[in-house]
Amino acid sequence: MKALLLIRYGEIGLKGKNRKFFENKLTANIKRSLLGIAECRIQQYRGRNFVEVLEGDTAAVIRRLQQVFGIVSLSPVAIAELDIESIKAVAARELGKVAKPGMTFKVETKRANKRFPLRSPEVSRDVGEYLLDHVPGLTVDVHHPDQVLDVEIRDHETYIYTQRIPGPGGLPVGASGKGLLLISGGIDSPVAGWMTMKRGVTLEALHFHSFPFTSERAKEKVVDLTRVLTGYGGKILLHVAHFTEIQKELRLKCPEKLTVTLMRRMMFRIAERLAEQRGALALITGESLGQVASQTMESIHVIEHVTTIPVFRPLIGMDKEEIVNISRRIDTYDISIRPYEDCCTVFLPEFPVTRPRLADVEEAEKALDIEALVTESLEKTETIEIRGQV
Amino acid sequence: MREVYLDNSATTQVTPGVAAVMQEVLTETYGNPSSLHRKGVAAERVITSARRVLAGACAVKEGEIYFTSGGTEANNTVIKGVARRRRRRGTHLITTKIEHPSVLYAYRALEEEGFQVTYLDVDREGLVHPEKVIAALREDTILVSVMHVNNEVGSVQPVAEIGKRLKTANKEILFHVDAVQSFGKLPVLPGNWQADLISFSAHKIHGPKGVGAFYCKGGVLLEPLLHGGDQEKGFRPGTENTAGIAGFAEAAQIAVQKQEENNRLMANLRQRMLAGIMEAIPDVFYNGQAGAAPHILSVTISGIKGEVLVHALEEHGIYISTGSACHSHRADPSHVLLAMGRAEKEIEASLRFSFSPYNTEEEIDYTLEKLRDNAANLRLFTRR
Repeated sequence: MKALLLIRYGEIGLKGKNRKFFENKLTANIKRSLLGIAECRIQQYRGRNFVEVLEGDTAAVIRRLQQVFGIVSLSPVAIAELDIESIKAVAARELGKVAKPGMTFKVETKRANKRFPLRSPEVSRDVGEYLLDHVPGLTVDVHHPDQVLDVEIRDHETYIYTQRIPGPGGLPVGASGKGLLLISGGIDSPVAGWMTMKRGVTLEALHFHSFPFTSERAKEKVVDLTRVLTGYGGKILLHVAHFTEIQKELRLKCPEKLTVTLMRRMMFRIAERLAEQRGALALITGESLGQVASQTMESIHVIEHVTTIPVFRPLIGMDKEEIVNISRRIDTYDISIRPYEDCCTVFLPEFPVTRPRLADVEEAEKALDIEALVTESLEKTETIEIRGQV
Repeated sequence: MREVYLDNSATTQVTPGVAAVMQEVLTETYGNPSSLHRKGVAAERVITSARRVLAGACAVKEGEIYFTSGGTEANNTVIKGVARRRRRRGTHLITTKIEHPSVLYAYRALEEEGFQVTYLDVDREGLVHPEKVIAALREDTILVSVMHVNNEVGSVQPVAEIGKRLKTANKEILFHVDAVQSFGKLPVLPGNWQADLISFSAHKIHGPKGVGAFYCKGGVLLEPLLHGGDQEKGFRPGTENTAGIAGFAEAAQIAVQKQEENNRLMANLRQRMLAGIMEAIPDVFYNGQAGAAPHILSVTISGIKGEVLVHALEEHGIYISTGSACHSHRADPSHVLLAMGRAEKEIEASLRFSFSPYNTEEEIDYTLEKLRDNAANLRLFTRR
């Protein structure tokens, strides 16, 4: 048996001339998200998508579609014939599935097929009366119904649905260009990546690896986090930059209290260079204002001073708890809390400066051959293509 | 790249001879030992003969050896099995603070069931004092567990002395010894220790993972953890891991036959390693006891996180560990070193080398060379 899912995509409907482009992206992303789990046919129709799947696959398909950005909501659709009696019978069956005693309801009809003999208000009235008689315990409330039953009369058949399952919203991944995510293995950066993907950004990711100060398992952790993110937008290239030499240099040649600031500046330099090479238009970080020493306004100011590329910080105004909640919801939390050190914690000084001054930092950097360090790190960068969990 | 494996207390390589025996069982003697036909009888014979080997190695009766899925299951089975079975006689249990997690957490679980547990302290060398065991005894004590060789520092507990004094004080109290780290390396003779229960594992002596055993003195009864068929007299139901058991017996036979020779070999490697470290690296502390087991060496190299040295050495094909493999997935410091009174900073900087008779002096020298270079190099980056 075939089942049908109606997919609504709100925001991209507003995008004027770009609409076709967005719609095609969304359709492609839906197809990709269903690869390997379900046979399906997708059709676009009047600002919505319809996915036809095998009935047994419905639950799995819905779960996947809830990860496809751009989808506002989903409805499993029941099909009736182009005939008012058939519509009434299917409507009663569908409402019966969700009805509870004392529930109020309303019928909403869209008549796309103008050849259908009854007009929309007439269909709503007829079906509503029928439901009152045939589904026990219901009353009508046209203003604040507990339940809406939608009837959509189309060219060859009628669609009837009662459920609206929320989608993730946002824009289809690929609709907004490419960004480079600085991913550490902690809780924040994967969430920042997810939030930018939500706004349609295609991600590549950059991780700084400091073997032997960080372990193979720390790298595995980042690979696993990236793999979770692919569930929301397809394959991601993960660049693993060699950072050991830089950390050693900073340790040997620069004041300890500045190492965090200096380290972040080196990371931003490498990231910007890589972004240029990869055609990424922005860096994305998991920084949240004031969370740690490197995330005070003074630190952010001094650190960002080394780049001209825009830096997106989608978590800037969020509290830790809000970030944790998202990371749980998107399934990165359990990976993020694995207890392996990343390069940011290994060399953490006991008393990092929280209000670094640009002049001090630039003075400290005079001891370093920055260009050589950046070039070497990029040369030793390994790129891993992470594909979905399919 | 050359490979030097010095993490033999985590696990060991299955030797080709053992693998060959297992292969034969897997592909030829694959019958279910409970089957009535010839194929079943052949498999049953494999298990009987393995049981004979193990019993022989410990000078106990064949009927007193039971196979399990490993040391963890052996420890859980005997500890929970005895405590639950003897609950009416008393609810007090004694163990030490330096046991393997499969012992410690089995006792913790029993606390949830209403038992009271005394966890004994150890001294700075990682030794339990027999008088402490006796002092902890109560009217209602029913079980005492003390490990033979500690897996993190190699301290050898005075189990014979403890057994003797325990049984003199009250012969009804059962004595359990976890011999997972000592079997095949030091004599494990329950008779000499007056032990009623002993746990074993195969994969620490070049046998396969997933097999272990326990000795349970005739007449002592246990509540089984699992319920099912009557394999292992119902104390451990489930179709036997015939190939694993055969591999275990093969490995045990080799280890016990060559025990003295291997013991000397490993003691020599250990000494060479320790002396080399002490000579080449400043600010190093030895963790453990003067007469510790021949195959485990724990040292603290001040100022360098153990994990960083582990990774630095793996770049050269050398495999060692920090505290124990069971700890390295957790962020908590080693409970053994904590019990030995070490500070967290020292614990973080500790390393464990564990040897096998298959290691060579040349491997030790190579390791020493790399260790010295890396330690000196890494110390440049430690907190000033």
